[in-house]
Amino acid sequence: MTCRWALPVLVVIGFIFTVIIEKYQLFNGYTVFVLVTIGINIILCASLNLVNGYMGEFSVGHAGFMGLGAYAASILTVKIFPNVDTPVLFFCAVIAGGLVAAFIGFLLAILSFKTRGDYLAIITLAFLMIVKSSLENIHYVGGPRGLLGIHHLTTLPWTFFWVVVTLWVIRNLIYSKIGRAIIAIREDEIAANAMGVRTREAKIFAFATSSFFGGIAGALYAHQIQFINPSSFDILKSTEILVMVYLGGVGSLGGSILGAVVFTLLYRFLEQLTIGPGQLGSWHFGPWQLGTWRMVIMPLILVLLMLFRPRGIMGLREFAWFLPSRELLTRRKKE
Amino acid sequence: MSALLEIKAVTKRFGGLCAISDCSLAVQPGSTHGIIGPNGAGKTTLFNLITGIYKPTEGEILFKGASIAGDRPNHIALKGIGRTFQNIRLCKELTVLDNVRSAYDTQLHYSPLSALFQLPRVVRDEKQSIATCLELLKSFGLEEFANHRASDLAYGFQRRLEIARAIALKPDILLLDEPAAGLNSGETVKLMEFLRWVKENFKVTIVLIEHHMKMVMGLCDRITVLDFGATIADGTPAEIHSNQRVIDAYLGGDSDDE
Amino acid sequence: MQYFAQQAINAIQLGSIYALIALGYSMVYGVLVMINFAHGDIFMVGAFVCLLIVSLCPVTLPFIVILLGVMLITALLGALIERFAYRPLRNAPRVSAIITALGCGLVIENTVLSISPYAKPMPVLFKVFTYHVDGITVTTLQLMIIGIAIFLMLGLDFLVRKTPFGMAMRAISFDTKTVPLMGINVNLMIALTFAIGAGLGGAAGMLYGLAYPVISASMGTLVGWKAFVAAVIGGIGDIRGAVLGGFILAAVEIMTVAFLPSTYRDLISYSLLLVILIFKPYGLLGSAPNQKV
Repeated sequence: MTCRWALPVLVVIGFIFTVIIEKYQLFNGYTVFVLVTIGINIILCASLNLVNGYMGEFSVGHAGFMGLGAYAASILTVKIFPNVDTPVLFFCAVIAGGLVAAFIGFLLAILSFKTRGDYLAIITLAFLMIVKSSLENIHYVGGPRGLLGIHHLTTLPWTFFWVVVTLWVIRNLIYSKIGRAIIAIREDEIAANAMGVRTREAKIFAFATSSFFGGIAGALYAHQIQFINPSSFDILKSTEILVMVYLGGVGSLGGSILGAVVFTLLYRFLEQLTIGPGQLGSWHFGPWQLGTWRMVIMPLILVLLMLFRPRGIMGLREFAWFLPSRELLTRRKKE
Repeated sequence: MSALLEIKAVTKRFGGLCAISDCSLAVQPGSTHGIIGPNGAGKTTLFNLITGIYKPTEGEILFKGASIAGDRPNHIALKGIGRTFQNIRLCKELTVLDNVRSAYDTQLHYSPLSALFQLPRVVRDEKQSIATCLELLKSFGLEEFANHRASDLAYGFQRRLEIARAIALKPDILLLDEPAAGLNSGETVKLMEFLRWVKENFKVTIVLIEHHMKMVMGLCDRITVLDFGATIADGTPAEIHSNQRVIDAYLGGDSDDE
Repeated sequence: MQYFAQQAINAIQLGSIYALIALGYSMVYGVLVMINFAHGDIFMVGAFVCLLIVSLCPVTLPFIVILLGVMLITALLGALIERFAYRPLRNAPRVSAIITALGCGLVIENTVLSISPYAKPMPVLFKVFTYHVDGITVTTLQLMIIGIAIFLMLGLDFLVRKTPFGMAMRAISFDTKTVPLMGINVNLMIALTFAIGAGLGGAAGMLYGLAYPVISASMGTLVGWKAFVAAVIGGIGDIRGAVLGGFILAAVEIMTVAFLPSTYRDLISYSLLLVILIFKPYGLLGSAPNQKV
C-alpha cells in the first residue's frame, strides 16, 4: 500500500525539477530541445495508442490531428493575440488546439463508424491528406509556406505538465467502462455488442480523445520549433508516430513512454554518431557520419522487432504503477 | 400467459439462399425452450436474428410484446436478452474478471467525461462493479481465475465464463448456443445441473440450441425442431420424441453419444 | 475541347501507370489480405534500376531488354521481402505485418536516398517522335507507355483467369488454410504473386521515369500512396478494380490540375476517395468480406 504514493510524489518532484532546470538554465539548449521532443512524442504515442493499440485499429492519420492542433494554437498566439505571451494564453491556446483536433476527430469517427480494419486505415489516410491539402490552400495561415514567428512558449515545465495530464487522463479512460468497451471492440466486436457494449459511442469517444491529445502535442510542437507548414504533418510524420507506438508496445502506456524515449534518443544519438577518425593498422578511416543511413537503421530495427515481438516491447502489458489501486486488489488476491 | 419471446413467421434470405423459412415459435417466461435440428437447419441464424446481428427479411420478432427486429444488437442486449456463442467468443486478452465486468458495465451509469477525470462517482461505481462481478464469479466457481487471461482458461471453464458474462447483463432470457459442444457425457450431466441452478438462481428463461439429445430431453419444457430453416415440429419432449417427421429428419440413427 | 482531349491523353498515360502499380497492391491484398506498404518503394526502385542498368552497361541495350531486366530485378526484390519479412509474420497479428511492410518500405526508400540524395534525370532510351493531330500533341513515348501498360495488364488478366496458376492464386484468396490440402504449394504461390506484383510495379517505375524524366527516392511515397488510393477506390483485392481505380484517379488528378490551381489536386483526389468510401465502403467493385457468426 505504501508504494502507491511513490508515483504522485515522483511526479511532483519531477515537475519542480523541470521548473528549476528552466529557471536556472541548468541544461543546454539542445538537451532541453530533446527532452521537450521526448515529451511531445510521449503524448503522440499515448494518444495514438488509444486507437491503434487499445482499440486495435490502424489509424495513419494522427499527424493530421497534430497539424490541426498546431495550426489552431498558433493562430491564437500569432494572429489573434500576437503580443500576449502569458501562461494563461498559452494554456488556452493548447486547449484550443486539442479541442479543434477533437472536433474533427469526432466528425471523422461519425463518418466512419461502420468501417473497420483496412478501410478505416484508408479513411484516416484520406483524412490526413485532406487536412494537409486544405492547409496548403488556406492563405490566412500561409498556405504551403506555413506560419513563421511562433513564440517559443513550450518550456520544459509545460511539457512535463501536459505529459502528466495526458497519461493520467488516458489511463483513467482505459480503466473505466469506456476503456473496457474499447478493448472489447478490439477483441471481438460482435461479442461486445451482444453484451450490451455501446460500441458506436465508445469508438467515437476513443477517436475524439485520441485526436484531442494529438492536437495538444501539435500545439506544443508548434511553440517549440516556432515554424510550421503543412508538410510537417504528412504521412512521414504519421509513420514516425506509428513506429514509436509499435516499437514501445501497443495497448500499453508504459510502452508509449518507452517507444517515444527510445525512438527519440536513438534518432538523436544516431544523428550525432561519428565513427573515427581512427586507425586500424595502417588503414586510416573516418570521421564517418551516419547521415540518412540512420533512417535505414531505425526502420530495420523496427522490422526485426516485429519479427520477434510483433506487439512491440511492452505489448499489452503495463507497469503496475499506472493501474488504479482498485485494479490491483484483484491482482493481489492471486497471491 | 403471454410469451416472453415470440418469433412470428420469420424468413431470412441471404441473396438466393433461404436460411430461415416461415419459422414461428413462442418461448414462455420461466421455461427452458430447446431448439434442435440437423446441422445447417438455421438454429444459430435464428439466434443471430433474435439478437439483432441480422434483420429478418419477413416476419416479426417480439420480446415482451414489443418488436425488436432490426434493432441494434447492443440495444437488444440491454433490453434483456443475453447469449453465448457456438464458438466461444470471449475477449481473449482481457482477464476473466474484466470479461464479466464489460457486460456488467451496462449497469454503470457514469458519464464518459467523468471517467476521464476519475471523479469520485466513477471510483465508487467501479469498486462496486468489481465486488459484484467477483461475487458472480464466485457463484460460478471461477473466482480463483479472476485475474487470469480468459484465453488461459480450460475449455469447460471458458464456456462457464461465457454464461457468467451473459448473466452479468441481468437478462430476462438467456440464449445458449450449443453449451455442451465438446463435452463428454459426464461433463454434460454436470452442465445440466449447472443450467438448472442458473435458471433457479438468476430467474432467467433459457433457450437452448443443442445436439445432445439426453440434455435436451432432460432439461427442456418445450422443444422446437428446425429443418432447412423451417419449423417441422413444436411440442413437449414426449411429443417430439415420438414425432415421425422429426425422427425422419433427424433422430434416425442419431449421434447421441459422441 | 482540344485542351480537354490533350489532358485526356495525359490522364490515360498516368492512369496506365497508376493501374500497373495498383495491381501490385490488389494482388497482394487479394491473396494475403495485407496492404503491402513497401510496394510504392518497389515502384521507385524500378526507376532507379533502369537508371543503373543504363549507366552500368557499356553497350546500348534494346529497350525491351532493359524493361525485362527491371521487372526481373524488382520481382526478385518483392519475393525476397515476402520471404524474409512477411512470411514469418503470417500468423502474427495482422497489424504487425503492416508495420513490417511500412518498415521495409522505409528501409528501401532511405537506402536509395542515402546512395542518391538528389533527384536524377532519367536517360533517354530512344528517339521520340511527336504527332500533331487536330491541334493535339501525342508523342510516341506516350503511346508506348500506354501500350506497354495495357499489354502487361492484359497479360495479367490472362494469367489470372486462364492459367492454373491464376486459379491457384484466386483459390488462396478465398481460404489460405484449406488450399494446401489441394496440393497447391501455398508459399510458392504467394511468393510468385508478390513477384508478379512487384515486377509490374517496377515496370511502372521505369515507365513513369520515362514519362516524367526526373526521379527521386521520395517518388515511392508520393506516387505509391496515390496508386494505393486508386486500388482502394476500385476495390482493393479486385484486379479489375485496380485498373478502374487507376484510371479514375488519374482522370481526377489531371482534370483538377487542368482547370483548378494545382494545390487543389490532392485535396480533390482524397476527398473523392473519402466520399466513395462513405457510400461504397469497400470500393467501387469490392464487396464486404463474409464473417461467420
